[in-house]
Amino acid sequence: MDILIDLYRWFADPAQWSGDSGIPARLAEHVHYSALALVLSSAVAVPLGLLTGHTGVGGFATTSLANFARALPTIGVLFLVVLFAGIGLVPVVCALVALAVPPILVNTHEGVRGVEPRLRDAARGMGMRGRQVLLRLELPVATPLILIGVRTAAVQVVATATIAAYVGVGGLGRYIVDGQARQDLTMMLGGSVLVVALAVVTTLLFAGLRGLLVAPGLRAETASAR
Amino acid sequence: MSAAETAHAGTAAWDWVTGVAQWGVDNWSRPGEPDRGIRPRLVQHMRLAYVSIGIGLALALPLGLACARWTRLYPPVLTGVNVLYAVPSIALFFLMLPYTGFSEWTAIVPLSLYTLVILLPNVVDGLRQVPDHVRQAAVAMGFGPLRRLVAVEMPVAVPVIIAGLRVASVATISMVSVASLVGLGGLGQLILTDGFRRQFDAPIVVGILLTVALALVTDAVLVLAQRRLTPWARRDRSRRARAAAPVGER
Amino acid sequence: MITFEGASKHYPDGTVAVDGLDLTVETGATTVFVGPSGSGKTTSLRMINRMVEPTGGTVRIDGRDVRDQDPAVLRRSIGYVIQQAGLFPHRTVLDNIATVPLLLGWRRAKARARAAELMELVGLQPAQARRYPHQLSGGQQQRVGVARALAADPPVLLMDEPFSAVDPVVRTTLQDELLRLQQELHKTIVFVTHDIDEAVRLGDRIAVFRPGGVLAQYDAPERLLAEPVDAFVESFIGYDRGVRRLSFFPARELSPRQDTVFDDQTRAEDAYDIAAGHGSPWVLVVSAEHMPLGWVGTEQLARVPAGVPLGDLDLAPYGHTFNVGTDSLRAALDAAVLSPAGLAVGVDDDGRVVGVVSQDDLGTAIWSVTE
Repeated sequence: MDILIDLYRWFADPAQWSGDSGIPARLAEHVHYSALALVLSSAVAVPLGLLTGHTGVGGFATTSLANFARALPTIGVLFLVVLFAGIGLVPVVCALVALAVPPILVNTHEGVRGVEPRLRDAARGMGMRGRQVLLRLELPVATPLILIGVRTAAVQVVATATIAAYVGVGGLGRYIVDGQARQDLTMMLGGSVLVVALAVVTTLLFAGLRGLLVAPGLRAETASAR
Repeated sequence: MSAAETAHAGTAAWDWVTGVAQWGVDNWSRPGEPDRGIRPRLVQHMRLAYVSIGIGLALALPLGLACARWTRLYPPVLTGVNVLYAVPSIALFFLMLPYTGFSEWTAIVPLSLYTLVILLPNVVDGLRQVPDHVRQAAVAMGFGPLRRLVAVEMPVAVPVIIAGLRVASVATISMVSVASLVGLGGLGQLILTDGFRRQFDAPIVVGILLTVALALVTDAVLVLAQRRLTPWARRDRSRRARAAAPVGER
Repeated sequence: MITFEGASKHYPDGTVAVDGLDLTVETGATTVFVGPSGSGKTTSLRMINRMVEPTGGTVRIDGRDVRDQDPAVLRRSIGYVIQQAGLFPHRTVLDNIATVPLLLGWRRAKARARAAELMELVGLQPAQARRYPHQLSGGQQQRVGVARALAADPPVLLMDEPFSAVDPVVRTTLQDELLRLQQELHKTIVFVTHDIDEAVRLGDRIAVFRPGGVLAQYDAPERLLAEPVDAFVESFIGYDRGVRRLSFFPARELSPRQDTVFDDQTRAEDAYDIAAGHGSPWVLVVSAEHMPLGWVGTEQLARVPAGVPLGDLDLAPYGHTFNVGTDSLRAALDAAVLSPAGLAVGVDDDGRVVGVVSQDDLGTAIWSVTE
């Protein structure tokens, strides 16, 4: 119980809510790295997955690449890039991109591959060209699965962006790393609560995004399929 | 770039590769420090990962059975597992310290809990995948609930569960390294203590490569295991590929 | 007119899908490609819109080689209906139908107006326009599929087993609708099915394919049923082809008899006298308006006390009737076989009894037309 009271006091302390090491600043930093990594990963993985899914070429290579990237130890990538590029945003974003690419890539590829052959047949039979088949059929039908991939990546990125603190960049990880260094359990817990809260908000954000981006005809269909 | 420069760059790259390899060979085991060579790190890495996956599976199976049986249990349990998954691993490792100290349980407990986010949905989906007519045929032939589970539902679920196990093991093997921050990371120790703290790239590269290799070998073993366990699924290539590939589909 | 000249599809692995097909599809008629699986009927259909490229020979539409045209442009000018419709799940019914007009660059409002017209044409309610495909039944989805294929008013319509995934009752309704549409629109329809009954029902001409992608016979349906060219076609059509062939001969040729038909006020003994006079075992009782009421046996009439009107007796149900003006000999035969009296009741368009036909009379009529 004491720990909950301590936690409440920690959050209630006005000093916690201002300045460079206050919660708003740390949160903004955290969101900044996470969003940057997610946007970069999506910019790489979604077009690549659409391409391999649409053409059917490189499916094995895609899955292998994703498996390889998934196996990369995040702190290994982080520290290696630090050695070459120095402390800063670059190693953090590199490590997070390596983490986020596999789920987005695999889900995009599978989403497009998973479009029923008869739909593709109908699209071509009505006179759609390759690009029209991709943009008017495959992309919209794959969107639910792509969004799930990006959401999975986003939650992992938000949780893992705490490592940024380890290479001297800010973010909510500072509370955890500094708390450990000072043996301040409350601070560590506070940081963790903030990260979990951010992850939950991220999940909710994707639920909203789903409402915006997924055609109603697919929403009901996938809801009943899941 | 002139030919000479290209050649020089090529030589430098080659020197770097041989340097990394040489470091790996030299440090495979260190007779003076039996805990600190590559080999003991690798062994610890495997132990941490495999024990965590094993515990995760041992938790996911009964939990999944319960969730498949009492479907109202599933959404709250799944939400709980997902929230747990969002807790940063560093934080969980640190928070374990007061309870488990520097024993390997500090790494194993959080890692096992993380595997649930992948294993639990796969167990539930696998059990639900049994076609209704198959289930009814089993009931009609006089199978009791337990025998039906063992003889009918589990075999159908096995490919899906192994697909989850593949993703979970790759993720866990990669995540073990983070435990190096509490002094437990297996190959992560190589990356952190030998590499990062000494600003030396060879141990980091060796650590990364061995982690990836371990993950891929484990994955391959699981693929073989699945083929041995479920020979009937072999011809059904599409379903296997589909079950193995998308992540976070839940 | 669509012409196949030596069209072949040989795959690199040695499979022969279609082998040297020579065939002409008439403009404005429905041509059905029928055959067992692996007979190349779908491959042949898909050569027309270049979904399959022939490895030999040519396919021409109105004299023009389809390979001279850009495939996407060609396909937009040919309607295409496939099994289970293949509707886009992320688009409403209206937008599904508007697909090809939009590809052709029509303005959205015009494309949607056209789509709404087509919904009415294929018998869909305007309220269904904003629905999504998964909210429709299989039969409704297939109607949308037909509407989508017709949206840009293409002269040619390719239909690849469009009705095979719906239940028999819905299938019959859809077939009737297609016949009705075709009377109105006169498209050049190429229809693929593995169901010979569907082929006979819909086709003006039927092409029977045999395994290995060879055309076995190309004929009008009645000729196909009368004179199958070989044992394969004969067995594919089925052993009851003789009976099915009767669908092509009108019941008009029959002369229904009125002498065993009595209204319900007739006294039993009078009816008995007349019926026994020409040895008829059954009489048909009708209402004052000549609507059929039921059968009664002459044996039973003999036992009825004098003065009882026929209407007061227990009548056997009259079963099926056939329309003397519009039905075929097959319908008349069916009515006779299913009737408890073994006699077919012939009615006019309003359902009034014209007369009854005995199986002997039917036999004579069938004999005379099929010989």
